[in-house]
Amino acid sequence: MDFLNALIALANYVLIPAMSYGSQLALGALGVTLIYGILRFSNFAHGDTMAFGAMVTILVTWWLQSMGIGLGPMPTALLALPVGILCCALMVLATDKLVYQFYREQKAKPVILVIVSMGVMFVMNGLVRFIIGPDDQNFSDGTRFIISARDFKQLTGLDEGLALRTSQAITVITAVVVVALLFWFLNRTRTGKSMRAYSDNEDLALLSGINPERVVVYTWCIVAALATVAGVLYGLDKSFKPFTYFQLLLPIFASAIVGGLGSPLGAIAGGFIIAFSEVTITYAWKKILVYLMPGPLEPDGLVQLMSTDYKFAVSFVILLIVLLFRPTGLFRGKAL
Amino acid sequence: MSETVRNIGLFAIVGGLILLTGVMQSWNAALLILNMGLISAIMAIGVNLQWGFAGLFNIGVMGFVALGGLAVVLVSMPPTPEAWAAGGAGIIAALVLGALTVTAAVLLLRKMQAGATRNIVLIVLLVGGFFLYRAILDPSVEAVENVDPAITGYLGGLALPVLLAWPVGGLLAAGAAWLIGKTALGLRSDYLAIATLGIAEIIIAVLKNEDWLSRGVKNVVGIPRPVPYEIDLQSDPAFVERAAGFALDPVTASTLYVKLSYALLFTVVLLVLLWMAQRALNSPWGRMMRAIRDNEVAAEAMGKDVTRRHLQIFVLGSAVCGIAGAMMTTMDGQLTPGSYQPLRFTFLIWVMVIVGGSGNNFGAVLGGMLIWFLWVQVEPIGVFLLDVLTSGMSDGPLKSHLLDSAAHMRLLTMGLVLILVLRFSPRGLIPEK
Repeated sequence: MDFLNALIALANYVLIPAMSYGSQLALGALGVTLIYGILRFSNFAHGDTMAFGAMVTILVTWWLQSMGIGLGPMPTALLALPVGILCCALMVLATDKLVYQFYREQKAKPVILVIVSMGVMFVMNGLVRFIIGPDDQNFSDGTRFIISARDFKQLTGLDEGLALRTSQAITVITAVVVVALLFWFLNRTRTGKSMRAYSDNEDLALLSGINPERVVVYTWCIVAALATVAGVLYGLDKSFKPFTYFQLLLPIFASAIVGGLGSPLGAIAGGFIIAFSEVTITYAWKKILVYLMPGPLEPDGLVQLMSTDYKFAVSFVILLIVLLFRPTGLFRGKAL
Repeated sequence: MSETVRNIGLFAIVGGLILLTGVMQSWNAALLILNMGLISAIMAIGVNLQWGFAGLFNIGVMGFVALGGLAVVLVSMPPTPEAWAAGGAGIIAALVLGALTVTAAVLLLRKMQAGATRNIVLIVLLVGGFFLYRAILDPSVEAVENVDPAITGYLGGLALPVLLAWPVGGLLAAGAAWLIGKTALGLRSDYLAIATLGIAEIIIAVLKNEDWLSRGVKNVVGIPRPVPYEIDLQSDPAFVERAAGFALDPVTASTLYVKLSYALLFTVVLLVLLWMAQRALNSPWGRMMRAIRDNEVAAEAMGKDVTRRHLQIFVLGSAVCGIAGAMMTTMDGQLTPGSYQPLRFTFLIWVMVIVGGSGNNFGAVLGGMLIWFLWVQVEPIGVFLLDVLTSGMSDGPLKSHLLDSAAHMRLLTMGLVLILVLRFSPRGLIPEK
């Protein structure tokens, strides 16, 4: 019984939150890795692209809510998501035309593009704060829990409850669907194949008649979709605040690099590695150990390896270890 | 010759803008902009050393600035004897133990042969070391933080003159930079960027959470000053008399006097650092740095130790940022770890360097002063603009929202400035020679 309780507590406080956080990171890291693989620079504006897509979705959600349109038990934001993706795609395509294209034609050094993306980051960040403000925004509605801790306790008679929030389930399901779609697109369609070819060897791809501008446009659209989905899911799961999205940049980049920049599979693996380590290292294990340990060995303290404020340190240390011992990342991404 | 004239003209324009602020708003506001502009210029020199001279992409400026701020607390605040008695020894012992563990791990990594045995020994050492460290640290930290938490609750500093904190801030930042550089330099440029970004966030997290060190988000206030206090000046008859000679009331005169003293101190530091940076740029060492920046492979072929030189300049540039951070905390008179924001303390400095002209020290100084002026003044200008634009609108939620949002114009403007400069004048206002 104690063992079961420990298992439920573990699932409730560690596995489920880490799964949903990992899915969000994986989606974000996929965007970063695609940009890196095809446009060949680290896009520092990615966090703010996520914030922008999420912001449009929130605005549409509010409008839908005010019209009384909803999805019943599901959050209305899902209905607003396509509009968010569309606006985000238009935004990044406009950015590309106005800003990045020039440097691409110049064949500027990647580091210049990184600095340019810093400028884009400022603009997008300012825009988001200008439109929706710097504060927390709440836009989730529908049923809050699929199963709440109390129901679970009554159902099973265990001491520990297992709460599964709707947003967590939606996050994981959406992430799976999106990733499946993305891989189908990259591996099966003509455009997807040309994108991979372009990423692998630009010159050969050009020789075989692939139109680079078309590849770039598709990439930006996919990245916008990934970023918006990631941003909305993160906002549903936690809350929407422009500054948090900027801070997500570090774990997202850590995920992409740990997995291997340029490798989509690596981005997903990296996202989950970072998420699970962050949650396990900052979780106070006392509750679980009390169930598992015999009486005299029960811990007095919280058994928390690090306080939650150090979660950045976790992604950072993992990043450093991977960089030092396997600089191309776990999945052998593109190394210069 | 015309180039010199142009550069002097550019500096004169910035000076004129600050003077204009003095005439139109208030001299206090103008001096405030000048002081922070001087500090920003020093930070920009630091980043310019790394980026302009050596092409190192450091976006962890905020962390080094914050370390400078920490140095001010550690040097100038009075120590808390009760806290030292309660847990000082324990904390010191734990920190030494932590350092020893890490050193032992590094030695192990170097000396033992690669393989499963090494990995196991390493993991045992690190995990064991971590738990022992926490076992010693945690009770001492609790004891220290319970000492009168509303006022102290931390170990305090050394009660030394605050000006000493400026070089110490530089040293602290240099030490941190050495540690980071040792691990992250030699990796690709984007990786160094992410690594520095991470380090900066970690340094801020430490300052926010380790209450025994920096009082965390409770802030350290009342840091001693290198200049007199306004209140003392106002009660000094000689000062009041002199102020009257300038037709100023004592309160305004005292605030101006204090700010002017700071401006003088900062200018001296800026000039010294600028002179040193200029000498470095034009020395064989500076030429070597630029050669490495322009073609690493060729420089390596000529027998230059690229990684070592990179480490050197990374440490130097970070130290300059640390000095600036110490100066800023001294001027504020308080350390507020919650106020360090990457957009303000890292990316804005980058805008300064790029706009001013990367690779040129005078450019960095100009960029620092100019961008700081814009950063401060864009907000009132934005409010004014939106006031004018919305004057025809009827009062409603949209109008009030627009007026409230004016504050966020500065990020937008800075981004636009950066993008436009990179596009149309990528070498900046004062290009590298």
